Amino acid sequence: MPTPPKGPRLGGGPAHERLMLAGLATSLFEHRRITTTEAKAKRLRPLAERLITFAKRGDLHSRRRVMTVVRDKSVVHELFTEIAPAMAERQGGYTRITKIGPRKGDNAPMAVIELVLEPVSPKQAVVREATKAAKKAAPGAEETAQTPGSAESAPSAESAPSAPSAEEPAESNEADAKE
Amino acid sequence: MAVPKRKMSRSNTRARRSQWKTAATVTSTCPRCKAPARPHQACPSCGAYKGRLYAEAIRSELQD
Repeated sequence: MPTPPKGPRLGGGPAHERLMLAGLATSLFEHRRITTTEAKAKRLRPLAERLITFAKRGDLHSRRRVMTVVRDKSVVHELFTEIAPAMAERQGGYTRITKIGPRKGDNAPMAVIELVLEPVSPKQAVVREATKAAKKAAPGAEETAQTPGSAESAPSAESAPSAPSAEEPAESNEADAKE
Repeated sequence: MAVPKRKMSRSNTRARRSQWKTAATVTSTCPRCKAPARPHQACPSCGAYKGRLYAEAIRSELQD
């Protein structure tokens, strides 16, 4: 569980903060991407990720615990049936905060908080598998650890072009460099 | 209640205010459109950040 934030609550008191965060979480799961202030986005992130963890568990008890925060039944249904399966492969880090600069009027730093719905990049999966294989194999037998790693990387490289969206985070930097 | 004994001279006021400066905003170049953008933030002109686009959020929230 994330550590409780230091400093003042959002809004006028603890109850107000809970209400504000509940509203933000509901909007986030409804729209997948919301624009808010940086402070609110940072406070929302641990709550939203916890709710997604509950949704991934998927049983009635976890659904009731989510219902204590997100009061909208249709949004909870969407969270359990659509968002949770999309996050099945992901081990945490379900949300992403991007700063977009200060807003007109009160100069408050704004941010976009969104659900990370892209599939987990194959590159990371390959690295994880390779490290796992290296750990499994005895430290003396390095060659046996190398061969499964190279065998794993070849099919995943072939599968990558078939899923262009999966490659997006990895390729974006190259695309930027080309432009 | 403690109050100032003397009027503060114009010179002292101005000497104090001479240290009251503003710093230039640090900017980097957007890799997509080459416009100046703040580091670790989406580019205000094209809305790109790390290959993702946030132009819509910038348009709706930051401009009046």
